[in-house]
Amino acid sequence: MKHRLNQHVQAIRLVLARMRRSLSSTLMICSVIGVALCLPAMLYVAVDNVSRATELLQGDAQISLFLKQDIAKSAATALGEQLRRHPSVSEVRFVDRDTAWREFRSGLATDHPASSLEQNPLPDAYFVKLKQTDPESVSSLQKEMQAWDGVELAQADASWIKRLYALLQLGKQAVLALAILLAFALTVIIANTIRLQIMTQREEIEVSKLIGATDQFIRRPFLYAGMLYGGGGGLAALLLLYAGIVSFNRSVAELALLYGSDFHLHTQWANLSLVLVGTAVIIGWLASYFAVGRSLAKLQQAG
Amino acid sequence: MIRFDQVRKRYPGSDEILRGVSFEIAEGELVLLTGQSGAGKSTLLKLMAAIERPTSGTVLIGNQNISKLRPAVIPYLRRKFGLVFQDHKLLYDRNCFENVALPLYINGVTGNDAAKRIRAALDKVGLLNKEKAMPITLSGGEQQRLAIARAVVSRPSILIADEPTGNLDESYAGEIMALFNAFQQVGVTVIVATHDVNTISQSPHRALHLSQGLLEVQITEFAS
Repeated sequence: MKHRLNQHVQAIRLVLARMRRSLSSTLMICSVIGVALCLPAMLYVAVDNVSRATELLQGDAQISLFLKQDIAKSAATALGEQLRRHPSVSEVRFVDRDTAWREFRSGLATDHPASSLEQNPLPDAYFVKLKQTDPESVSSLQKEMQAWDGVELAQADASWIKRLYALLQLGKQAVLALAILLAFALTVIIANTIRLQIMTQREEIEVSKLIGATDQFIRRPFLYAGMLYGGGGGLAALLLLYAGIVSFNRSVAELALLYGSDFHLHTQWANLSLVLVGTAVIIGWLASYFAVGRSLAKLQQAG
Repeated sequence: MIRFDQVRKRYPGSDEILRGVSFEIAEGELVLLTGQSGAGKSTLLKLMAAIERPTSGTVLIGNQNISKLRPAVIPYLRRKFGLVFQDHKLLYDRNCFENVALPLYINGVTGNDAAKRIRAALDKVGLLNKEKAMPITLSGGEQQRLAIARAVVSRPSILIADEPTGNLDESYAGEIMALFNAFQQVGVTVIVATHDVNTISQSPHRALHLSQGLLEVQITEFAS
């Protein structure tokens, strides 16, 4: 146990010493990885915040229920009760046809053709605010209410929400696609770096193998190097992201103020850092595992 | 300790280098392996250290048949050996101390424990005052002695040296052979390949003579 731990400590020390010796190139690799990781992370923060902003905007999702012209007063009241009891409804406002007609006419110029109408063409109406605001539940409620007796038309102004949702979905997919592409790029960058290091240490590896080093012994420092590159890159990405968000937040807050909101970019730093650095470390490990595996196989053939 | 039985070796696309070689080396023996360049000395040593596998025949090292070993256990077998290579195979990007440290690190020995053993090995070959020197600054004889220090630092039971006196002048060669004698005296099995006539004629030890892939003559044993 102690012996094994010792081997790992020794490998890490060796790697750190090598990295210190080539500090500038180590920093360079870490910043390249950082930039690559930072891109999908920034896009993620953007999409996440837009979706948060739309939730704020959707506070007033509503359905308008226009009742049939010939509905009895009692039936209309009963409908109102039914609406108030409905679990998905947060607020109900009734506008009877006479009030609506008065309001409508007061807004018209006297010579407007509608003002000459003798009869009131408008129906009684309920305006319903909903608790759930996502497009699926809005449209299912709309269908449900449309089927009620006495309802002429249930209208949900949900199409813009649907479009926004579709856009956000697209954004989330873009984040995923970009993340996968860049993960691939990272793997290549790290694997190539490790491969170059193996080439410069080829002699040492050959001699070590000849005097009894196991493959694990040879692989270990490179695996740690890959993980350290990944981890360093992850930290660099977090730094870049933090700088980006801080500088963006100023303009976002100004913009939000114009709309009378205190909205600002918001990030779950703990989760994001864990995912970002964790993923980078895992990619670093995988990439160097591949690189060392291939090089060892080549050495085996040559030796 | 070491037994070869009808061992043949050919590399792909070449003639047979060893054509049925059989011999036995006892524990604690010092054996010279002689023969001209190209006679198959290096190949024979590589078979001994499980760097190569025989095409046919068996190589037994302490009752282990190396042809039947899984690749994963070969590193552990190699740690029984101290190897001195024809071309030293020193690492020129680090100093003498670190060169000698390599086998210990592979065995997981580090720290003070390792430092003590490294200095002891350097002392034995007379390089204690050069532990911080880079190998490139050493003379040919010193580099050879450094290679020997690296081979013996993990106290192997078998020491194998391929042409250790090859490029050295006579006095250096004598020093090196004296070192090998000293190791034999403390119980190490030593096998030295050489084509150096002086070394051979001055040695009181058994010699195996290879010629064109065959163990030609077993030169008679002198009292040792």
